[in-house]
Amino acid sequence: MNLPEDLKYSKEHEWVRISGNVVTVGISDYAQDQLGEIVFVELPAEGEEFSKGDAFGVVESVKSVNDIYAPVTGTVMEINDPVVDSPEIVNEDPYGEGWLIKFEVSDPKELKELMSAKEYEKYLKEESE
Amino acid sequence: MKNSNQKGFQFNEQLSFELSREGRSSASLPKCPQKKREVPSSLKRSQSARLPQLSELEVVRHFTRLSQWNFSIDTNFYPLGSCTMKYNPRVNEETARYTGFAHVHPYQPESTVQGCLQLMYELENYLAEISGMDAVTLQPAAGAHGELTGVLVMRAWLKAQGNPRKKILIPDSAHGTNPATCSMADYDVVQIRTGKEGRLTAGVVAQMMTEDVAGLMLTNPSTIGLFETDIKEIADIVHAKGGLVYGDGANMNALLGKARPGDLGIDMLHYNLHKTFTTPHGGGGPGSGPLAVKKILEPFLPIPRVVSIPPHPPLKLRGGEGGIFHLDSDRPQSIGRIRAFQGNFGMMVRAYTYIREMGATGLKRATELAVLNANYIKARLKDHYHLPFGEGTLHEVVFSDKKQKEHHISTLDIAKRLMDYGFHSPTIYFPLVIFGALMIEPTETESKETLDEFCDAMTEIAKEAQTNPDLLKSAPNNTRLRRLDEAKAARELKLRYTF
Amino acid sequence: MRYLPHTSTEIEQMLKVIGVSNIHDLFSSIPESLRLKKDLDLPAPLSELELRNHLRELSRKNAHGEDWSVFLGGGSYSHYIPSAVSQLLTRGEFLTAYTPYQPEISQGTLQAIFEYQTMVCEILGMEVSNASHYDGSTGTTEAALMALSISKRKKILVSRNLHPEYRETLKTYIQDPEIILEEIGYTPEGTLDRSHLKSLLTEDVGCVLVATPNFFGVMEDLSDIAEMTHQKGALFVTSTTEPLALGLFKSPGEMGADIAVAEGQTFGNTMSFGGPGLGFFATKNKYVRSMPGRLVGETVDAQGNRGFVLTLATREQHIRREKASSNICTNVALCALAATITMTLWGKIGYQELAQINFDRATDLKERFSKIPGIKIPFAGITFNEFVIQTERDPQKLVEALLEHKIIAGIPLVRWYPEQKNGLLVCLTEMNTDEHVEKFLGALKKVL
Repeated sequence: MNLPEDLKYSKEHEWVRISGNVVTVGISDYAQDQLGEIVFVELPAEGEEFSKGDAFGVVESVKSVNDIYAPVTGTVMEINDPVVDSPEIVNEDPYGEGWLIKFEVSDPKELKELMSAKEYEKYLKEESE
Repeated sequence: MKNSNQKGFQFNEQLSFELSREGRSSASLPKCPQKKREVPSSLKRSQSARLPQLSELEVVRHFTRLSQWNFSIDTNFYPLGSCTMKYNPRVNEETARYTGFAHVHPYQPESTVQGCLQLMYELENYLAEISGMDAVTLQPAAGAHGELTGVLVMRAWLKAQGNPRKKILIPDSAHGTNPATCSMADYDVVQIRTGKEGRLTAGVVAQMMTEDVAGLMLTNPSTIGLFETDIKEIADIVHAKGGLVYGDGANMNALLGKARPGDLGIDMLHYNLHKTFTTPHGGGGPGSGPLAVKKILEPFLPIPRVVSIPPHPPLKLRGGEGGIFHLDSDRPQSIGRIRAFQGNFGMMVRAYTYIREMGATGLKRATELAVLNANYIKARLKDHYHLPFGEGTLHEVVFSDKKQKEHHISTLDIAKRLMDYGFHSPTIYFPLVIFGALMIEPTETESKETLDEFCDAMTEIAKEAQTNPDLLKSAPNNTRLRRLDEAKAARELKLRYTF
Repeated sequence: MRYLPHTSTEIEQMLKVIGVSNIHDLFSSIPESLRLKKDLDLPAPLSELELRNHLRELSRKNAHGEDWSVFLGGGSYSHYIPSAVSQLLTRGEFLTAYTPYQPEISQGTLQAIFEYQTMVCEILGMEVSNASHYDGSTGTTEAALMALSISKRKKILVSRNLHPEYRETLKTYIQDPEIILEEIGYTPEGTLDRSHLKSLLTEDVGCVLVATPNFFGVMEDLSDIAEMTHQKGALFVTSTTEPLALGLFKSPGEMGADIAVAEGQTFGNTMSFGGPGLGFFATKNKYVRSMPGRLVGETVDAQGNRGFVLTLATREQHIRREKASSNICTNVALCALAATITMTLWGKIGYQELAQINFDRATDLKERFSKIPGIKIPFAGITFNEFVIQTERDPQKLVEALLEHKIIAGIPLVRWYPEQKNGLLVCLTEMNTDEHVEKFLGALKKVL
């Protein structure tokens, strides 16, 4: 399982790339693998606000549909339009071209609650048991 | 292998729209001596509906060829668990088409439809007797519709007691319609874990049953094919806290004449006439989902109710002994209408025909042989496929792909490979409590030879999974079309023909 | 028993393989106290001959259009079903197939449904259709709820002259206490009361639900209603009990409907005392993910050949479970197939011609009624194949009196509309011969 060290992870299988006050969010390699071929991605509009834990979008494959949850509280700054037109990008490059949205963080303290790559790896092992 | 898939005459038939030619027609309409009227331009349709234009032979060939692409019960063994794919008797198709049933309008005055009402009344009584309940409504159009009706009746009864409550308990092995129904009825779903033995345990239910829970929805036997042995205790626990027990009757084929849900503490049950009672599957309906309830719930049943005036003793064949039947809508506590008219009468005729043919002895025998067949399959396959819950199998048996996973073969691959052997696959990936579930329900109408052929094929496939897994990965190999790209269908939505 | 193939020898062999001595052992998991100790009290089994005799006898206790003159509409219609339909429909490969979960061996059902979906779109003038809903009443109900879900609002406005039993069904389905249902009245002409609608159309309305034609048979252009609805950010939903009318009249799509539902029984399905029905359900492409029911889509197989599959299953109950927008599972595939075959046989021209025949004959009858003393035509609007007549004599008594002549004259409106207690809904299709009509008029004049 691909787990880049420079990213943080949430229990709902999202990854977070921190750059000052802005975070980029996507779904982990584990998540895209579990989902199978992704056929549809629903993203919010720029300017929408979400609290940590709120469902901000939907990722749909042939056999399942899952909400994606805000890993931190914040405002949507940018959404990755290409992914809406070609959802398979999320399968192909979940940490790169397959990013979903960029948030402006309102409470930086929440970032500490996210897991490191090692912690997420451990979490995945426990989940599968 | 005797029944393996042959190529045969399988045409690459196009869409009717593609075959259409301007000016062709297969309509045969009488001349109309009345004056032709014009529709005012503000109301006139500007573009005609572009229905196909074909001669009758082309239409008949078109649908004949399409039908030849279909697998069906009439073709071969169709072991879909939970669907009860038993033989659909042809006599049902004949009786349902009698002019005096097929060409009757739902709003005819009651004196002109006494035959229909009598059939409905008798069918209600038979279904009540079979389930051990007191009253039945034939209104619901399908099982899911019956579930919704049931949950609405549940809510109405609880409301009359003072509190409709907020939650319903549903096992994790439940059919998806169960939780979906609860959401539609504005109840929250609380999931109960199936126990280690594959059954619900009274202890777990006791922990979760509170006065905020309207009741419990369960299937008995469960979707794993096992009888819920704790059922009486579970029902008592639910009742003690003022709740109700709803039974999903999809698996009634395991209980006919052996046990009755009403005797087990279940308060309400829906039937799937298109499962246990042989109304044809038709490619996905129409179904019919009658709801049977205990006496306390009768006042809340949807309208109209079929009543006899004067009241007749139950379960005696009336056949012209002067019964007057009436559709009664004067039911102040009823939940109201759940649909227009009075139910899928066409399917009622078929189910009625079947029950009258089989009688009590026939139905019981059907259940006994259905259970025999499932156990036979279990005995023949348990050494080749992983059997998570082996004790007490009734009418369906659920295997998993655990053994085959060692060779990177999944349930899906097994299902697709079975087609090359001439069989439809079992139900796959349901119930969710078993990973890679392969649910097999043979039903009683299958002979030992058919079961043996199926088991031989499954045994072969298990071997192939080890020795030649590519055959499974590429399956189906012998069908007109190979594996279809479902992701593409979902990504590039093409849901109609575009001109 | 003919459906049970097991011989006693085979049973013995099977029991041996299983490892039990008799079948009853297989039921040992059922606790003794819960087992049924007596036989089910059902009538004795019948042979096929006795079965047919008994059922035929029961069927003879019912009146029907072949022996009687029946002029009933109101959501269920007697139409000519081409002979080829039942023969194709009862082919075992169609009749006894299941839901096409394994698409490779269900292409017959799947392609037929794809053709059906296309035809429904054409007839209703909409962009996308599902594989069928149970019937017009439940389809209409779920369409209204879908509109609320899309608009994220809680109020439904429904026209009073939408089929009364459809409105009752909608009422029963509404369980969320926040959802409000309000009725839009009709004018003395039998059309939608626009000023009443204006007064009801507030910002919390999510759905405006109107019948076209309406229950009184009146047909009107609802494009202005669609506009009013859209201006308030709500969805315009239509319900059509007799889609044969759309062979001539403006389709819901042309009028601006966002969701259009119809009762498709008219196409190739017998009335069968009211069921099974056939729910046409269509909407705009942008709302497809909110639409309930099964959907068939086009795709290719591993070798690039065209094929069809069930798609967008992620809307449905077996995947979404409690998050599904609807609990529908089984639909009415065989009824949809009957409709598809019928629409293919009638074809583009036949559909229009049959509609014209119904329109001409019914309008002619309406005019003849209007000339009979004691009968009024209360609603001036144009009608298709059913219309309301007003009689001085109580319509219920009239209907009763005409039964003597083996005529079923119509549906007394007082059953649902106390304000129309002298109204009788009369329907005329191509199935009512000229002789029937003459007999009707003759007998009617005597009992007025």
